[in-house]
Amino acid sequence: MPVKTPIYLDHNATTPLDPRVLAAMMPYLTEHFGNPASRSHSFGWKAEEAVEAARAQVATLLGAAAKDIVFTSGATESDNLAIKGVAQMYRQKGNHIITALTEHKAVIDSCKHLASEGFEITWLSPDANGQVHPDQVAGAITDKTILVTIMAANNEIGTINPIAGIGEVARKRGVFFHTDATQAVGKIPIDVDAMNIDLLSLSAHKMYGPKGVGALYVRRRNPRVRLTCQIDGGGHEGGMRSGTLNAPGIVGLGAACELCRAEMATEGPRLTALRDRLASAILSRIEHTRLNGHPTQRVPNTANISMAYVEGESLMMKISDIAVSTGSACSSASLEPSYVLRAIGVPDELAHSSLRISLGRWTTQDEIDYTVDRLVKAVKDLRDLSPLYEMAMAKNK
Amino acid sequence: MPQYSQKTMDLFMNPKNVGSLDEASPRVGTGVSGSAVCGDVMKVQIEIGDDRRIADAKFKTFGCGAAIAASSLATEWLKGKTLDEAATLDNQTIADDLQLPPVKIHCSVLAHEAVLAAIDDWKTKNGLPVAPREKADTHEGHCAG
Repeated sequence: MPVKTPIYLDHNATTPLDPRVLAAMMPYLTEHFGNPASRSHSFGWKAEEAVEAARAQVATLLGAAAKDIVFTSGATESDNLAIKGVAQMYRQKGNHIITALTEHKAVIDSCKHLASEGFEITWLSPDANGQVHPDQVAGAITDKTILVTIMAANNEIGTINPIAGIGEVARKRGVFFHTDATQAVGKIPIDVDAMNIDLLSLSAHKMYGPKGVGALYVRRRNPRVRLTCQIDGGGHEGGMRSGTLNAPGIVGLGAACELCRAEMATEGPRLTALRDRLASAILSRIEHTRLNGHPTQRVPNTANISMAYVEGESLMMKISDIAVSTGSACSSASLEPSYVLRAIGVPDELAHSSLRISLGRWTTQDEIDYTVDRLVKAVKDLRDLSPLYEMAMAKNK
Repeated sequence: MPQYSQKTMDLFMNPKNVGSLDEASPRVGTGVSGSAVCGDVMKVQIEIGDDRRIADAKFKTFGCGAAIAASSLATEWLKGKTLDEAATLDNQTIADDLQLPPVKIHCSVLAHEAVLAAIDDWKTKNGLPVAPREKADTHEGHCAG
């Protein structure tokens, strides 16, 4: 069956807005335009009511209490608020933070910022599958440790960390546990109580909601987490995040969470099957390929594959009607390949040869089969051009 | 990936002079530049005819679209040139012709280097003196921008 191009397989970068989410948002972009903080009239009440309903929807997806949800502009802001907010609030208690080399830049750069202010940062190395283990965290905790921040799932390779185990270790030692769950929320079950999570970042646009809105879960009981706010102003969101609430965006985030919650049990297996069909076809039909990340503990939509002797950017150009991303640094100023692939021990030349293919809600089997066919042809063409392939084949003769 | 010019895209999609010449032949000079670790490796080969002109030029490139286009352009330009003429090729000409964005200028540098290395290789094989050159492509531990 012919497929419609271009095909979008870069859902870890961003997702399209679900039409049902847009429908939920529309009234709050039009007639219900009120400021949720306007307590004196019906315009404000209507907006506030919608924001509180969305807060409950987000909380339900996480197994959290609604009042523990703080709305932000996205996961980057949530990460900044969680990490800097804890560090500044608890500085008297300690100055040590534990994180990992494979975290998102929002976490890495927040930690580096704190390091420049005198905080001590421990950068844990993941194993070859990209996982950080609870015993590594336990071994790094000192009496100066105030925060452990380890992502729930990695954006490049999709590896899921054992966050319940990490949460347990942190809780036992009386250290707060933050997880950047941007790539996990809506894809896999998360329960902040069962997993001993104290702070959790998420973003709407990775789960079929709008861009520019996200949330930070902040535990208020057992134990209570306090944060130094990073944006001063009118004291919105319990003083943790000032600024007029983005009511339509928040409504969209809530609707997106509700849809993910309702559909996860069917959508997860559907995506896993499609992704595995994609990965096994590539690995069997194209020689000298390898899957990066954990073989099974991976979010359902992500496959990161290195195709040796072929550079990622040129591969993307060959399949220009299919949107994917690469760990090659060819277009970045530093020309350094993916730091995530580096951290899990993928050699630089294979990092340059990697593609991240991330599926989504409307990905079809026809699109997957088309993508595989296009890749098989593109890799063959580029290997015909590749001096590295020529040398490797000559060596094997 | 940056926005490439139409010419770059055309050369990437339909590169000219892809292939290999007999590396062992005294008529053939082979030059390689770049490194796999940095994401670009170019191999340029020239075959020198009895008239001391470049009778044929071939390349193979592992690298981004600009690297492939630059190799194709350079090899096409080389054909029919004398070695002295070939040595005057400079990377800026390639960069300008392809309208390479700043982050891709190194691709034209690599193509230039591979050409010079191929000329040197032919000279060495044929007992001619080779002037020492400073390599600009890669340095210990990091990649050129």
